[in-house]
Amino acid sequence: MASKVSPEIRAKYTVTIGIECHVQFKTETKLFAGVANDARDAAPNTLISHICFGLPGALPVLNKEAVHLGIKAAFALGTRPQKYSAFDRKHYFYPDLPLGYQITQFTHPIIRGGSLTIDVDGEQKTIRIHEAHLEADAGKSTHPAGTNYSLVDLNRAGTPLLEIVSEPDMHTAADAKAYAKELYLRMRYADVSDCNLYYGNMRFDVNVSVSKTDVLGTRTETKNLNSFKAVEKAVEYEVNRQIERLEKGEQIIQETRGWDDAKQVTFSQRSKEDAHDYRYFPDPDLPPIELDDALIDAVAGEMPVMPDEWRRRLSGLGLDVSQTDSLLEGELDSAEVSYLLLIEEVIDQKDFAKALANWFVNLEIPLRNDETARINGDLTNQNRLRMYRAVFELVKTNKLSSSNAKVLLTKLLAGPEVADIEDFAKQHNLIQESDEGELAKVVAKVIEENPKAAEDVKAGEMKAIGFLVGQVMKHTQGRANPGVVQQIIKTQLGL
Amino acid sequence: MVWPAIADIVAKVRAGELTASELVERALAAIAEKSDYQAVIAITSERARARAAAIDAAIKNGETVGPLAGVPFIAKDNFLAFGAETTAASNILKGFNAPYQATAINRLEEAGAICVAKANLDAFGHGGSTENSDFMITKNPHDITRVPGGSSGGSAAAVALDMVPFALGTDTGGSSRQPASFSGVVGFKPTYGLISRSGVVAMASSTDTIGTLTRTVDDLAVVVDVMAGKDPLDGTTIDRDVISYTDLPADVTGKKIGVIKEFMAEGVEPGVRAQIEKAVETLKAAGADVVEVSIPSIPLALAVYYIVVPAEISSNLSRYDGQRYAYSTPDAENLEESYTKTRASGFGAEAKRRIMVGTYVLSSGYYDAYYRKAQTVRTKLINEFAEAFQQVDFLVGPTAPTTAFKIGQNTDDPLHMYLADIMTVAQSLVGIPAIVVPAGMSDGLPVGLQIMAPARQDRQLLGIAKATEKLL
Repeated sequence: MASKVSPEIRAKYTVTIGIECHVQFKTETKLFAGVANDARDAAPNTLISHICFGLPGALPVLNKEAVHLGIKAAFALGTRPQKYSAFDRKHYFYPDLPLGYQITQFTHPIIRGGSLTIDVDGEQKTIRIHEAHLEADAGKSTHPAGTNYSLVDLNRAGTPLLEIVSEPDMHTAADAKAYAKELYLRMRYADVSDCNLYYGNMRFDVNVSVSKTDVLGTRTETKNLNSFKAVEKAVEYEVNRQIERLEKGEQIIQETRGWDDAKQVTFSQRSKEDAHDYRYFPDPDLPPIELDDALIDAVAGEMPVMPDEWRRRLSGLGLDVSQTDSLLEGELDSAEVSYLLLIEEVIDQKDFAKALANWFVNLEIPLRNDETARINGDLTNQNRLRMYRAVFELVKTNKLSSSNAKVLLTKLLAGPEVADIEDFAKQHNLIQESDEGELAKVVAKVIEENPKAAEDVKAGEMKAIGFLVGQVMKHTQGRANPGVVQQIIKTQLGL
Repeated sequence: MVWPAIADIVAKVRAGELTASELVERALAAIAEKSDYQAVIAITSERARARAAAIDAAIKNGETVGPLAGVPFIAKDNFLAFGAETTAASNILKGFNAPYQATAINRLEEAGAICVAKANLDAFGHGGSTENSDFMITKNPHDITRVPGGSSGGSAAAVALDMVPFALGTDTGGSSRQPASFSGVVGFKPTYGLISRSGVVAMASSTDTIGTLTRTVDDLAVVVDVMAGKDPLDGTTIDRDVISYTDLPADVTGKKIGVIKEFMAEGVEPGVRAQIEKAVETLKAAGADVVEVSIPSIPLALAVYYIVVPAEISSNLSRYDGQRYAYSTPDAENLEESYTKTRASGFGAEAKRRIMVGTYVLSSGYYDAYYRKAQTVRTKLINEFAEAFQQVDFLVGPTAPTTAFKIGQNTDDPLHMYLADIMTVAQSLVGIPAIVVPAGMSDGLPVGLQIMAPARQDRQLLGIAKATEKLL
């Protein structure tokens, strides 16, 4: 691993980062063949047709759904799709490329322009999109260690990909990570991909260069990163490696590099000298994609609210970035639950909306992610809203402590819908005791049982009052209102 | 023995007067009898006999049978079909048994036609004589020392030799029209996209079309009507005519016909020119309004064709890499060798020549000078043909500058060989339909008149061809 470059040396360099991201579209079938697209649980070479296998006479036929998702992706990237786009052939020989060429959009991509905004340590940065094009994935080659053969699985051959190419607008590893994450959220919201990073549904290639002048330095491209962390670490590693080389007076070689996740290092794969002449030319088997405004507008009408718009709508609630992100991500995990719509429904009641957001972030989302927790799947969004509102009212009127509110909500989320929630809370001994007469008796008893602590409080050691309050809570099974209890203790001790 | 009209054959089959099995046996006997001509690479007798038996049984059971019930045919060996290997006459595809069939074959089979054999061709369709076949050279039915034309030479010869009532060819730059002219049969290149290319070994995707070869225009129309129309397996297919292609407006009276000036210029053999002029006079006499039309860029078409087509060929032949099916070199030490040795020994000289030319014109640094410029001229040709069709309903001209040449005459001179395509490539680049009908003989060898129509006017073209055929 490259040793850390000192901050002083580091500060002399400008880092420039551009990212190419391959997003696997969640179409039923492949980009150019009527074969199932989801290869996750399929045995090798079972999802193939004459097209994926590159048989003589096999012709690609464009999958309309992929174009539809391409249009959605354009809106997700903050732009409209191109009205004219077309496919080209990119030639090279490899066993997992059955046709001897990849079908891609080289000259006329379906998306040009667009941008997205990222938040890095509270600073808003806009990252522009250069273009995004549709292309067919290659198959998968594996080279079993210690053997003299390779294996090819063509299940993935022909899977539709959208390659999103950013402008080189990022300058730190944190920028790169935030961009990758935002891209992920947008693609998930647009519902164009399963976005499962483990299965390679999104793969990132990072282009990194460093320079002490206005002229960009020689860049390296580190390919096939499949986690946000890897994006961040690979950029960080490359920045350090490149600066170290330059400081030693060495050159940066323009090359493709890989990422070793175990060793947390990048390594050289091939240099520019090995670069192919891909002999791009328009694919004569595929008519161009021509989209009219009516179709584009119709798809615009299908677009869900995107993460940036949600952030804007939630901005008045004073949530921090991680809370908002947790809501945005939690929203996607189960189709029947909508945290964001519920918050939005009550956004004018700011206190309740904020409490709701906090409960979602701190309670319901973790509960839903906890496999051992029980959640009643029959509760509708409106059931839940009514329930949360009732609990909110109990807290507001001091009938329920905030910790007991969590206990209550956990029970409510697990069981059938409850008609009278206050009554339900009482049955479970969760309602706060604020009756001063009742509490005074308990306090007197606790003071009597703990004379040392009482003396300490009287001597001005206020830490001890917490102990006494705790004892009262214990006697009341947590139902006492701690504020009221503290007041009574003070009164009884003559303070 | 000459085959009756396809419509008559089908009528008799439907009526139970003739069986599909008898027809298949007759075709197989004719193929065996004329084997010296080497028109056929493989016969599909087992499958043909089984299909014939099934059709005969269906008729016996009173089931309805299609418009080609029992009609035997031969498919050029670049059509993927069951019953025999599909080789495209190339060693690199030797041993390839197609796991699916071409859409054209499927549609013909659904209509009751029966494929009895696979015809010889210039390997992958690269050539105009069948001499580029890796397996055999087909002989001209009119003179065994001459070529039948190509690349669909086997198909044209098979029809001319009465092996079958019709044969399928392909036409990328004249590959059905020129052999029709050389062999004395009717040959048709449809509008690009009218008949699906799915399951046909690709030569040049932007000009490949499915050709049909028959004795008469009427026979051709029945076959085309079965195959034409959109195919979900080929994104470049177009809608067919709503009217049957057998419903032909067969009248030349008042039709405006343009003779392409550039096709009648120097370089056309006098005997060919004489037959074409005679045919034009006949059309005039029958009431056609004949004028001379110029398409100025036509002399550039051959150059454009031999850039665009090799470019696409070099790409389309990439898949023959020895990694998945058919020929693969037995002695490779590594992947690189597997590729290079398989392709070096699997492809013939002409395929290699075209792969090299195509690779060159697509290479970075040469693309603009060759491929892009060629496409620009192609657009110019499209516009000039469109302008010509503003003035006339149809265009006519010869099909090739010569009649069938001697076997071996052009084999050492590929450029001279390419000149045989000079009158057929422009139409392919433009995508319009063209048909060749026999227009007499020159020194005992057939001459074909080529008639062209605007894109998608295939039915009108067949109509005028039928009328012309009657007159000549």
